Amino acid sequence: MLEEDIASANVGLDLLGQARLWFAYASEIDGRSEDRFAYFRESHEFYNLLLVEQPNGNYADTLARQYLFDQWHVLLLAELATSRDTRIAGIAAKAQTEVRYHVERSSRWVVRLGDGTDVSHARMQAAIDALWTYTGEMFVVDAGERALIEAGVAADGESLRAPWLVAVRQVLAEATLVEPADSWMQAANGRGGRQGVHTEHLSRLLAEMQVLPRTHPDARW
Amino acid sequence: MAHDDRSAAADALAAAAWTALGEVLDPEIPVVSIVELGIVRDVACGRDECVVTLTPTYSGCPATRVIEAEVRAAVSNATDRAVRIETALAPAWSTDWIAPEGRRKLAAAGIAPPGEARTAASTVALREAIRCPHCGSLATEELARFGSTACKAQYRCRDCREPFDYFKAH
Repeated sequence: MLEEDIASANVGLDLLGQARLWFAYASEIDGRSEDRFAYFRESHEFYNLLLVEQPNGNYADTLARQYLFDQWHVLLLAELATSRDTRIAGIAAKAQTEVRYHVERSSRWVVRLGDGTDVSHARMQAAIDALWTYTGEMFVVDAGERALIEAGVAADGESLRAPWLVAVRQVLAEATLVEPADSWMQAANGRGGRQGVHTEHLSRLLAEMQVLPRTHPDARW
Repeated sequence: MAHDDRSAAADALAAAAWTALGEVLDPEIPVVSIVELGIVRDVACGRDECVVTLTPTYSGCPATRVIEAEVRAAVSNATDRAVRIETALAPAWSTDWIAPEGRRKLAAAGIAPPGEARTAASTVALREAIRCPHCGSLATEELARFGSTACKAQYRCRDCREPFDYFKAH
């Protein structure tokens, strides 16, 4: 378990580092500092996928969430690495090498638990079933994004759906898991995190993450 | 003539800076220098300041800030100039940039140096055999995908039974 504890921490560090690179670029454009973005926005001002704010649950829940995200993330970064915006392309190319490693690890765990004991299989299947609905919004593109896609800046989320499904189906098959039926969030107009509409879990995460700088606004670390 | 003098002086300063940087060790792997790790991309010295361009290994590497502070101190000491650090993300750092001397030092410190980095996106779990830094055997196995730092994985030698860190190809 110690090894996996370290693995989770290292994946988290990579993602935090990547978030800082994105926020640093955003703050150059927007004027707000990295810390303002992280610590002083309310939940409805966060546009993250609902998938990534779901609770850690048991280890199958944690790894299923990680895998479904990693598999999308690695495809997204490959697209962004060819962005016409050289800053975006540079950050994506850098992050890509890290995320390739993340998806290798999380996909192997989905297989190990799915094709493991009866208990681990049942838990991984339940985790995939519960999280599946949140994967729909990964592939929804709004009008603002469409303009950026046409300008060669953003990645076309819709075009990621097919390669994501191919990869996920391969891993699920190897893990002896059943692909869940699509639900309402898979609909083309599924609204959620990308519109600032969140599950209750985000507020709790933010409370923990933001309490220090909000309680001591001038704290330095 | 004056121009040649200036550029000769700048070259001498940059050379002094490179020498100083060759003594800045990675805080998490204090057997290799940051030059041997391939994270110093450029040094340019002018009349008032030296600009050192670094590239991070991993985005979230906690050693980045420490390395920047040490670079600042080492270069300002060696050149008597103000030091500015620029970060270059592209092209992204790869373990292929680790110098042969750095690889030798890693192995001598019990850390298996990285194999060749893969460039194509792949989830195939094909990996070349990793040589045990203790006994040289190729009969080694991965224990965990992540080790003591973001850049390493944990391995074990099936011959000498010793565990060791492997510097991941990246």
